[in-house]
Amino acid sequence: MSTLKPTGQPPAAEHSAHLQHQFDNPRQQFDAAVQGMWLFLATEILLFAGLFCVYAVYRANHPEIFYYAHVYLSKPLGALNTAILLCSSFTMATGVWAAQRRRQKLLAAMLVLTFLGACGFLTVKYAEYKHKWEEGLGWGQHYHPKHIAPGFAAHEAEEHGRSLPSPASAPASAATSAPASAPTATLATDAVSLAFEPRSLGPQGLAPSGRVPAQLNPEQEVRNVQTFFAIYFALTGLHGVHVIAGMAVILWLLARTLLGHFAAGYYTPVELGGLYWHLVDIIWIYLFPLLYLIH
Amino acid sequence: MTNVTPTATTHATHSPEHAAHPPPLGVLAATLAALLLLTFITVGVTRVAWLDLGPTGNLWIALVIATVKGTLVVLYFMHVRYDKPVIGLILITTLVLALVFIGLTLTDSVQYQDTIQAWRAEDPTRYAPDLQQP
Repeated sequence: MSTLKPTGQPPAAEHSAHLQHQFDNPRQQFDAAVQGMWLFLATEILLFAGLFCVYAVYRANHPEIFYYAHVYLSKPLGALNTAILLCSSFTMATGVWAAQRRRQKLLAAMLVLTFLGACGFLTVKYAEYKHKWEEGLGWGQHYHPKHIAPGFAAHEAEEHGRSLPSPASAPASAATSAPASAPTATLATDAVSLAFEPRSLGPQGLAPSGRVPAQLNPEQEVRNVQTFFAIYFALTGLHGVHVIAGMAVILWLLARTLLGHFAAGYYTPVELGGLYWHLVDIIWIYLFPLLYLIH
Repeated sequence: MTNVTPTATTHATHSPEHAAHPPPLGVLAATLAALLLLTFITVGVTRVAWLDLGPTGNLWIALVIATVKGTLVVLYFMHVRYDKPVIGLILITTLVLALVFIGLTLTDSVQYQDTIQAWRAEDPTRYAPDLQQP
């Protein structure tokens, strides 16, 4: 495989086109590029760490909000997106493997697959966002849910083996005022309490026992649920922006591959684009359990 | 720049761009399989009653599994295991910084919860303007 001239000579012509004058040889240039990319990835990690910090502080103080609100998120869709992103990370790594061996057709195929994986991820994400928006599950003043957490009671019953309260169809005010009708009274007594003891009690929002009853109007019981969605949209949104940026990079790499830019052993851009894509994958690996799998 | 400058003699036998010793395809495929299995596990533990360790325990399980997955991606997909140690140094330094950052903020915010609650208790409408006393 050696294409270098003997010791001390400049590298072969196929590399010299890419070799900048400040580097001794292509290997050194390549290592410097990778190291620089990792420094950039370090800033990306610290960027996300800011949002993870918000998450940590809010969850430490208000676990009940996370426990309540995560039921609005679809675990199957989240798991599907995790699998899609892991597979696209694998195709990207295989693309780098192919680039190192100058197998350009395989590289192009892997870049296409990676791009399709990113498309699939964003399609699922779009469906999730659309559902949230239609259900009034936004951040801040955009939080006005049309339904009590879907399947919340069923979810509780499933996880804790408790009986299922009747469908939450009665007016919300009835639950907090004096129980006027028999169904409401039944609901109030069957109120399912959550496993989380809130660390910070709202002024009057939480039950005196410190456990959150899942009653008819959980908004009045679990306050500030909109903050969960602010955190959810901020974290997944910033991640989504990174996915879109990654797609642009992959398209650019694909174009250069098809133009034959990586035919002669130079593949540094593929390597760096791959590192970026794997970082996007890692961020999602953390986001998925932290947002979807609270229990 | 702490990198050792590679000399032509040490690398003359390699094609220069190939010298990063990437993991073979089989290792990449095994990594993917392990990642998918761990995803299955991290979802699965939320559905198995006797694995319910309570809020804190479950959070730690989720974080440990996520960290194992992230480590696999870093070591094999990002081939840090085959890279120079300086790459790992950059990564670990960053993670330590991030953990100190988050940890100190967390300590501080929990520390002042009593003060916040006392302030809120003085006038509940401060905390939730929609919460008017009947």
